[in-house]
Amino acid sequence: MTVQFGNPDRPNSYIGKTVPRPNAGRLVEGRGKYVDDITLPRMVHVAFVRSPFAHAKILSIDTEDAKSVKGVLRIFTGADLAKVCTPWVAVLEHLKGLKSPPEHPMAMDRSCWVGEPVVAVVATSRAAAEDGAALVDVDYEPLPVVADMMTALDASTPVLHPEMGDNLAFQRLHEEGDVDGVFATAHKVVSAHFKTGRHTGVTLEPRSILVDWNPAEGQMTAYHATQAPHMVQTVLATHLDVPESRVRVICGDVGGSYGIKVHVYPDEVATAAISKIMARPVKFIADRLESFTTDIHARDHEIEAKIAVDANGKILAFDVDDWTAIGAYSVYPRTSAIEGNQVVNLCGGPYDFANYRAKTTVVFQNKTPTCQYRAVGHPIAVAITEGLVDMAAAEMGMDPVEIRRRNMYADDAYPVTSPANMRFEGLSHHQSMDKLMGLMDYDALRADQAEARARGVHRGIGIASFIELTNPSPFMYGIGGARISAQDGCTVRMDPDGSIVAMSGVTEQGQGTEAMLSQIVAEGVGVLPSNVRVITGDTQVTPYGGGTWASRGAGIGGEAALRSARALRDSILEVAAAMLQSDQASLDIRDGHVVDIETGAERMPLEELGRIVYFRGDTLPKGLPRELVQTRHYITSEYPFAFTNGVQASYLEVDIETGVVTLLKHWCVEDCGRIINPQLVDEQIRGGIVQGLGGALFEEIHYDDEGQLLNGSMADYLVPMAGEMPDMVVGHVETPTKESELGAKGAGEAGTAGAPAAVMNAINDALRPLGAQVTQMPFTPERILRALGAIED
Amino acid sequence: MKASAGGYARANNLSHAIELLALSDGMGRVLAGGQSLIAAMNMRLSTGDMLVDISRVSGLSGVIDEGETLRIGALTKHVEIGAHPLIRAHAPLLADAVSFIAHAAIRNRGTIGGALAHADPAAEFPACMLALGATLHIHGPDGERSAAAEDFFEDLFETSIKEDEILTAITVPKAEADERQVLQEVARRSGDYALVGLCLVARSSGHRISLLSVASTPILARNAMTQLDQGNVDGAVAALRAEIDPPSDTQASASYRRHIAGILLRRAVAQEKGDFA
Ligand SMILES: Cc1cc2nc3c(=O)[nH]c(=O)nc-3n(C[C@H](O)[C@H](O)[C@H](O)COP(=O)(O)OP(=O)(O)OC[C@H]3O[C@@H](n4cnc5c(N)ncnc54)[C@H](O)[C@@H]3O)c2cc1C
Repeated sequence: MTVQFGNPDRPNSYIGKTVPRPNAGRLVEGRGKYVDDITLPRMVHVAFVRSPFAHAKILSIDTEDAKSVKGVLRIFTGADLAKVCTPWVAVLEHLKGLKSPPEHPMAMDRSCWVGEPVVAVVATSRAAAEDGAALVDVDYEPLPVVADMMTALDASTPVLHPEMGDNLAFQRLHEEGDVDGVFATAHKVVSAHFKTGRHTGVTLEPRSILVDWNPAEGQMTAYHATQAPHMVQTVLATHLDVPESRVRVICGDVGGSYGIKVHVYPDEVATAAISKIMARPVKFIADRLESFTTDIHARDHEIEAKIAVDANGKILAFDVDDWTAIGAYSVYPRTSAIEGNQVVNLCGGPYDFANYRAKTTVVFQNKTPTCQYRAVGHPIAVAITEGLVDMAAAEMGMDPVEIRRRNMYADDAYPVTSPANMRFEGLSHHQSMDKLMGLMDYDALRADQAEARARGVHRGIGIASFIELTNPSPFMYGIGGARISAQDGCTVRMDPDGSIVAMSGVTEQGQGTEAMLSQIVAEGVGVLPSNVRVITGDTQVTPYGGGTWASRGAGIGGEAALRSARALRDSILEVAAAMLQSDQASLDIRDGHVVDIETGAERMPLEELGRIVYFRGDTLPKGLPRELVQTRHYITSEYPFAFTNGVQASYLEVDIETGVVTLLKHWCVEDCGRIINPQLVDEQIRGGIVQGLGGALFEEIHYDDEGQLLNGSMADYLVPMAGEMPDMVVGHVETPTKESELGAKGAGEAGTAGAPAAVMNAINDALRPLGAQVTQMPFTPERILRALGAIED
Repeated sequence: MKASAGGYARANNLSHAIELLALSDGMGRVLAGGQSLIAAMNMRLSTGDMLVDISRVSGLSGVIDEGETLRIGALTKHVEIGAHPLIRAHAPLLADAVSFIAHAAIRNRGTIGGALAHADPAAEFPACMLALGATLHIHGPDGERSAAAEDFFEDLFETSIKEDEILTAITVPKAEADERQVLQEVARRSGDYALVGLCLVARSSGHRISLLSVASTPILARNAMTQLDQGNVDGAVAALRAEIDPPSDTQASASYRRHIAGILLRRAVAQEKGDFA
């Protein structure tokens, strides 16, 4: 029997409804348990001495004074840890040519960015460890620094890793159709230079890990704020030489991740290595400065791009030349080439056009490594695409909505393969645009804009259509050799009293995964969501899975949960049919009772069935299966990715005297397929938009020419705050994926993908009558005034 | 990072506080609201401090009408300044300034004395003191002395308060009947330190213009003041841009700050004249 999604009055109809989050009460009561809340007997703390130079040779390390600090127990250098921990190389076979040198948990004889761990000081408290760290004397010989991205490959630039030959980490060129021919003859060609600001994820809870190596059991337990416990299990097992079955990664409450916590960090592996050496629990909690210098950065791109259109505004071609700099190492194990690769995959995404060239050039430099952060590559690709589409429309005197309508794939065109070779199963660009127009009352807004302009107030409307890559298959990492699971599993068990426990391989980072799972399992089995206890984030308990990344929790983990829940329902009903001497097909489970499927009449509470199965199994027919635990796994197989789509709009005001942008309102209509929990989806969209707005207006990591990070605090690195955020209106179109019964795609990154482009287009819409245009994010007051020519020098 | 304090003592009264400072061998640090000091300690920008907590010393908080002037206790919190009827009536600039300072949680603890002693050139209250022509009252082992605002701010985070002294109160002249006090600033986000800020006080004796975030201390823009006294707004803007030498940082360049200072002056004049909302 399949779930009758179309019928909102069906029994147990929890999928599609906003149900309470099972963990919300606990968090509100202050009973959340984050890594830093855990204290173990004999636990010690580690603080790292970090490189103050972007590039330096380590000549000598003197730890004598540090050792004398009260509470300091032991001090480790890179060489000490290399004895128990093998280095890693972050490449993927399907990213042809990607190279990166071996990386150790701590610098060996050379440091390559400001913040790289060089010495670890272990003490009875973090404060004592810091006191010790302050007294470690490292003698450095500064080396030439590669700081600038665009000159990284110049012959005059020193090569960061001589054994690699040059500073090129990865390059990919994709070409489809006759790009040069079309640009040579097109009606209009518009080009622009874009820059996206290097930024980072800024999780409320910093990176945290507590590792406990128990030599008596040969067991390593890591309490870890992570998105991918099984990936971490594999990594620790591989590099610290422990069987996977003896590495247990426990991920309790996590205070935000956004992609920051899905990577392997040298200091975290170092913490595990130290635990293995000292045979004691070792805790490392990054502080805010460490977060800014060592959490992965992202979005540091510079792009030259152009679009060709015909006289009707039909898009003929895109040509994109993308550059990005990734720091000194590709980040393990997902690599730092994915973001550039995504730009190549995603540009032009919503549009039906034929000629496409995109190239990404990924270079090494002496800065904090970059890697995947929420909406990997999307905000960049959407800004390029939507920026160019708007500029083309303006050149032709065409309304920005009209040009999009003329070019977006028709809603009945699917399945299609894009010029970037992305396969779309089913998208709804036109329906989404129609819905957006209604929600924002586009014509009224244009009238308001004109009226404001007459008063000398400069308002702008910006539209950004987008596609979002979700539900990844092994095509994302697995085929490249990374031990990262695209599959996920769920085990569902009925306990004697009829309550249900569901153990899932996807994880809770605060986004509501456990609520989503509870309602799917509740509907799948036929019990109240409050009767489903969801367990995530424990590799010793849950089925193997990928965790949280690429908007996969609901689409992959949710489907596994649904299938395991349905399987449990079937095995419960098999027992019930025997007990009630009825045909199994005539029975159903509703609100925790076995009922007659036609009349709904209660036949037996699950509690009674549980009593019989667990304690009086002797009364059941011999040989009757009584498996009240069911596990199912799910992996997508028909499409490499389930693409979603949507469109955002921004309405804002530019103070042309100060350059300050005030966001007035923001809209997003998106299509994530089946919506399991409307409130959670809306929250994901809103939170994602906020991070996108941060990239558009505020967030930027600054370095000087020597590779020194200049703004490593919350006072200097500006995250978006509530005061600046506009009201957001979120609307939905639902085009379920046909690959799964659930039909859910991802929704975690759509907001971030489209918001920066919508803001850029709105600012440029406001500035266009003044002949100004901005394309460098974030759009600071100064950049806007400079675009307006208001500042002379 | 974890703070590394040298010690902590709570002062019972003013003379006890001064005594504790004297005992701490140059490492004494007055702790008021802690909103700047604790943050600095938590980044180990300041270590080994012998904290002398004055937050419970009585008599250092509140606003008194002295006739010609208002006397504001150093421990008066930002939130109290913002809401105080005497301040709103007689020194509206200070009440207005509060809405630009940080966020509610910080305004609930931060004190005006702490803000002035900290002397952040990007902070609002120090610039307000210059614009208002305030007097600062400082207690030390030898009793009380007072300093004009113009002599008080010496350099980046440096004031004329000595190691063994405590700022106890500020007096500001009460606004004349037709006096106008205006604060204009540009900040990246609400509550952030301003990229540039400008205070304008128009009183019968002339205009006073002070700026924040354009130098290592808050400054008076004397040339601009002279021009404005002559009724020359364009001249004042030009003079202002010429007489400041603002810094560049990751938020904005010197050029931007210089340009915006002029814009803010125009806006402040317009607001002061009432034709700007
Ligand atoms: C996130 C954040 C944002 C902020 N934004 C702004 C802003 O936009 N504008 C703004 O103006 N301020 C801002 N502040 C600073 C805030 O206003 C502080 O409260 C204020 O600057 C210091 O006051 P305090 O009472 O907390 O002083 P403390 O932090 O206790 O002390 C600060 C310094 O002054 C000394 N000190 C304090 N009181 C006395 C005294 N009576 N005599 C002698 N020395 C003394 C201390 O020894 C210390 O050196 C911000 C602070 C934070 C944390």
